[in-house]
Amino acid sequence: MQAFCVAARIALGALVLAFFLSLTLPALAQQNAPVDPQASVQSEESLLQQFPRIEGIIDQPNLRESVLIQPDGRIWDHFHEVTLRWIGALAILGTLALLTGAYLLLGRMRISAGRSGISILRFTSFERFAHWLTAVSFVILGLTGLNITFGKILLLPLIGPEAFSAFSQYAKYVHNYLSFSFVFGLAIIIAMWMKDNIPEKADIEWFRQGGGFVKSRHAPARRFNAGEKLVFWGALGAGLAVAVSGYLLLFPFYVTNIFGMQIAQGAHGIVALLFVAIILGHIYIGTLGMEGAFEAMGTGEVDINWAKEHHGLWLADEIAKGRVSNQQAGATPAE
Amino acid sequence: MKAFLAACVALTVIAVCAAVVLDRVNEPVDEAFTSATSVRI
Repeated sequence: MQAFCVAARIALGALVLAFFLSLTLPALAQQNAPVDPQASVQSEESLLQQFPRIEGIIDQPNLRESVLIQPDGRIWDHFHEVTLRWIGALAILGTLALLTGAYLLLGRMRISAGRSGISILRFTSFERFAHWLTAVSFVILGLTGLNITFGKILLLPLIGPEAFSAFSQYAKYVHNYLSFSFVFGLAIIIAMWMKDNIPEKADIEWFRQGGGFVKSRHAPARRFNAGEKLVFWGALGAGLAVAVSGYLLLFPFYVTNIFGMQIAQGAHGIVALLFVAIILGHIYIGTLGMEGAFEAMGTGEVDINWAKEHHGLWLADEIAKGRVSNQQAGATPAE
Repeated sequence: MKAFLAACVALTVIAVCAAVVLDRVNEPVDEAFTSATSVRI
């Protein structure tokens, strides 16, 4: 009888153990079982999630070539093909809409006192050279960069795949090579103008007085007003960001891996599109938006009444330095 | 206008120099396909 009880307890224990094992084993089996690529119910996504990367075996010393598919690349691809386009469209079209609205509402900002007919030097030949070197490089970099983001949806349907392919190939070469003249020009600009762009108390007053947009108020400014200083520091920060991220892409795998380059490409795209939006505002003020402003970068000279209105403190500095005579500075309106 | 034209000339020169230098740094893609070593995936 005792032997029967022992046997019964062993049998019961075995049954309980078997019961619990039957509960846990399928879960373990499910975790470790490889995905059957032939099964009709497997999604492509679940196959890709089996490994961080789909890798093969190669004889080349360069082992990164063995990576066939990087699933994280799909996140980057979605960002590049969808998200970045939305960011770019909102930034650029939004800025264009704002500038159009400003032009329709405010019109062109005229020189209140009219032109005096007397000009003073605002930018030297070398300063204008550095500005145009950076500006022309930037415009070409911007257009060729926009082709990378928007070309497939805007240009490809217009000119067809063969022309688009050839154009994009050369546009990318131009984008790569002109980056050097842009960085060179930006470096000269930073060295030349940084001291004139240090924020000061007059900048706060410039904003308080409406930044020159309110005709009844006078917004004080030295060589560069607070708005120009914002553009300067914005261009410096964005220029450095696009340069660093761009060179990480121009020299692939020298500094970072594919993931790092995807991050660099994302940062490059976002910053560059915002940079384009900022510079659109700068171009508007320098051409259509304000009478007399373009001459500063065209001939290098500005009308003295323009200088009084927009850079009164700078004009006072120039008089104090003897570069402008009091007779010139006291010029009366031509009207 | 002279400053603008000088800038255009300068950026062209810089771009050409960059192209020449970078072409020497980078190996053309054809090199990968004419390599003597075999590739097995």
